[in-house]
Amino acid sequence: MPSSRIVVAALGLALAPATFAAAPVHEFTLANGLKVLVREDHRAPVVVSQIWYKVGSSYEPSGLTGISHLLEHLMFKGTPNVPGGEFSRLIAANGGDENAFTSRDFTAYFQTLEKERLELSFRLEADRMRHLLLKPEDVTREAQVVAEERRLRTEDQPEALTQERFHAAAYITSPYRNPIIGWMQDIQSIRPDDLKRWYQQWYAPNNATLVVVGDVDPARVRELAEKHFGPLPPSDLTPPRLEQDIPQLGERRIAVKTPAEVPYVALGYKAPTFKIATEDWEPYALDVLDGVLDGGNSGRISRNLVRGSQVAAAAGTGYNPTARLEELFVLAGNPAPGRTNTELEQALRAEVTRLREELISQEELARVVAQVAATDVYQQDSLFYQGMRLGTLETVGLGWNRLDDYVQRIQAVTPEQVRAVARKYLTDDRLTVATLEPLPLDGRRPSVPTAGMDHAIR
Amino acid sequence: MPRLNVFLSSILAAALLLISGLATAVPAIQNWRTANGVPIYFIPARELPMVDAQILFNAGSARDGERPGLAKLTSGLLEEGAGDWSADAIADRFDQVGARFSASSRRDSASVALRSLVDSRYLQPTVETVARLLKEPTFAPDAVERVRQQMLTALRDRAQSPGAIAQDAFYKALYGNHPYAIPPEGTVASLNAITRAEIQEFHRRHYTAANAVVAIVGDLDRPAAEQLANTLVGSLPQGERVPPTPPVAPLAASQTLRIPHPSSQSHILIGQVGVSRADPDYYALYLGNHVLGGNGLVSQLSQEIREKRGLAYGAYSGFSPMRQAGPFLLNLQTRNDQVDIALQVAQTTLREFTANGPDPRILEEARQNITGGFALDLAGNGKLAGALGSIAFHGLPLDYLQNYISMMNGISLEQVKTAWQRHVQPDRLITVIVGGGEQGTPKPAAGS
Repeated sequence: MPSSRIVVAALGLALAPATFAAAPVHEFTLANGLKVLVREDHRAPVVVSQIWYKVGSSYEPSGLTGISHLLEHLMFKGTPNVPGGEFSRLIAANGGDENAFTSRDFTAYFQTLEKERLELSFRLEADRMRHLLLKPEDVTREAQVVAEERRLRTEDQPEALTQERFHAAAYITSPYRNPIIGWMQDIQSIRPDDLKRWYQQWYAPNNATLVVVGDVDPARVRELAEKHFGPLPPSDLTPPRLEQDIPQLGERRIAVKTPAEVPYVALGYKAPTFKIATEDWEPYALDVLDGVLDGGNSGRISRNLVRGSQVAAAAGTGYNPTARLEELFVLAGNPAPGRTNTELEQALRAEVTRLREELISQEELARVVAQVAATDVYQQDSLFYQGMRLGTLETVGLGWNRLDDYVQRIQAVTPEQVRAVARKYLTDDRLTVATLEPLPLDGRRPSVPTAGMDHAIR
Repeated sequence: MPRLNVFLSSILAAALLLISGLATAVPAIQNWRTANGVPIYFIPARELPMVDAQILFNAGSARDGERPGLAKLTSGLLEEGAGDWSADAIADRFDQVGARFSASSRRDSASVALRSLVDSRYLQPTVETVARLLKEPTFAPDAVERVRQQMLTALRDRAQSPGAIAQDAFYKALYGNHPYAIPPEGTVASLNAITRAEIQEFHRRHYTAANAVVAIVGDLDRPAAEQLANTLVGSLPQGERVPPTPPVAPLAASQTLRIPHPSSQSHILIGQVGVSRADPDYYALYLGNHVLGGNGLVSQLSQEIREKRGLAYGAYSGFSPMRQAGPFLLNLQTRNDQVDIALQVAQTTLREFTANGPDPRILEEARQNITGGFALDLAGNGKLAGALGSIAFHGLPLDYLQNYISMMNGISLEQVKTAWQRHVQPDRLITVIVGGGEQGTPKPAAGS
């Protein structure tokens, strides 16, 4: 048995990144409340600038779902100083790359530029933080674009449609029940006045974080930030009520019948995140559990379900411990030809049962630690990812440095803790199951109401 | 607005000044051959303790012959067993050292990529594992069956995707009897027919030193990179270089295909035969396409279809140069009842662009985006490795990166216009429309 050698190797590996620390983060806050985070990375003459707003689909009331994402689109439509289309044209003409993304818990805008052109990004972002025009004709046209985006990403994608209904069924009161892109009827009925209020409510320096990663001098970044963002007035902010889901009282199930070829089943268990965990080790234990099931091809799902019993053509897990509210720990997949959703569901549930009943092996734990430690280094290859991590953590209220000891915390997780979180959270009464039941593609589409997605990029 | 114009021109002036300084920042490529003749392309990157390597073979679906899906099935089976290692053992070998491995295949090439920490305790076993997968895959019958079933599922997944249906129909119509018409994912009949012996033979012919190139980026000095390359591919059998893919005949006539699908949007693809990666016109075409449809929201297609009319979320165009002429392709998706207007706007935009050439100011801004953004494309080991792999596979010059900006700056508006008129005939196009939704009654394919 090579097991002892594996453990030694992996533990040795896990120590390695401690000696390879990422560059320090410089943090400061302007008088108007804008927080600025700067990380130097001098490998290439390039800088990524991201502005993060504390607003996303989980802030939205009923009837206005998708308003954060629609507003994200409209942020490119002009101010009194920079007419519609000019923002993108200026960034492009300067060799830049730009985009924006909306999530449940944040809305963010970014530009990647040759390092000397950082000021262009600041100038344009500061301008549209407080001076957006929001012309009614732009709202009408952009709502059409977003409706097309929704058709492309959700309506015509059977699995995405199923995932949307899955979240809508799993949560009763939590705003995570709504899709980020919004329900079609809301996208098509949001008015310019709604958008103006939403913009005025959330787009302010004291509700934002500016993240800069790249070949920059922090002192110079500070000067530029003061110059462009400093004069912007702050707003009176009313943080949203934390609408946690009411307790689930038993297993929930839904079916989605739509023209498709490949069946699909998703299982989601309500699980804590860093933000809401009562025991702070629990999200780390759930992360390890996630890795045991689906950390590479050696994970139990690939080994036992795809290769072993061959009940799955493809399957995997998902868990986001940085979510602001209670999250789903998801297991999902497509049954192999000749196998059914029911068989795949049973196989996935059997893996969960095993985690509740047995301790994971030292070899499995060591593999997860090795992967986490290596990934921690790999992620430093991307300026964008480095900024993404700082921005996400800060924006959901954890603080940008909350995961600085992430590798060590993962290393500290024990097999007993993994079993404990499986017993506590991966229980039938916390479970929602969604199945995609294909209808013939050449039949008529049934008149289903519209439906969801996970991460909307403009 | 005058204020903005002043602002813009000062920024463009600044951009021009900066470009001259950029050339020195581009890393130099080191190049040698292993003893068995595999070309190695290497860029040292000493900042992060990690290594990326990519091995590309002349082993894409253009080599499938009568067995569509053979190249992809072969590539997908590499990590399913090698020597006396099972698939489980291979997965353990990578995961216990935190290494990343992937195998993929396209029309021209099959490629294998690895990423590892540089410490030899992790790098050495990773490289040894990959070397064995390339040289001694077992293609065990149960693994062949399993991956075959996974590919059949993937085909059914494509059958529920209007975008994938449109792609397959487009390549088939565009390439006719040329090997690029072969769908890399295979067909149901072919996947069911492929034998283990055919997979072994495909591997024996294509996964050889004579058909391989390697790109390495990472925290290594030259001796360490040479050692890595030797371990990775040094013991591959010599083999014979496979013959080149035949040239592509120009499109003979226009064709419009309407394929019904119960989707709320129609996916529209319009295009024709483009150019090979070696075609000297490629750069002028690429620059021009940046104006037409390759530069995000700023491009004319986006402006006309999305920004002015709200007809689509995305409207793009692009050349995909390959060993032989790859496609020129324009694509968008729109609500079923808007197909006619979207199609008309796209066709008009393409026709006018080809006839008139780009507006001089917009061409300069597109050029600025390409040259000013060049450093972005190389920022990070992962991006560098991707660029290096492409240079290696297409045999581009070693000073390609150093010369890229000056080459782009040397292309005149007239050259752009001439190249477009030489290669793009807006009156001779393949048009594929997949969709129709509830009204989607089958329509016969119609020539136009």
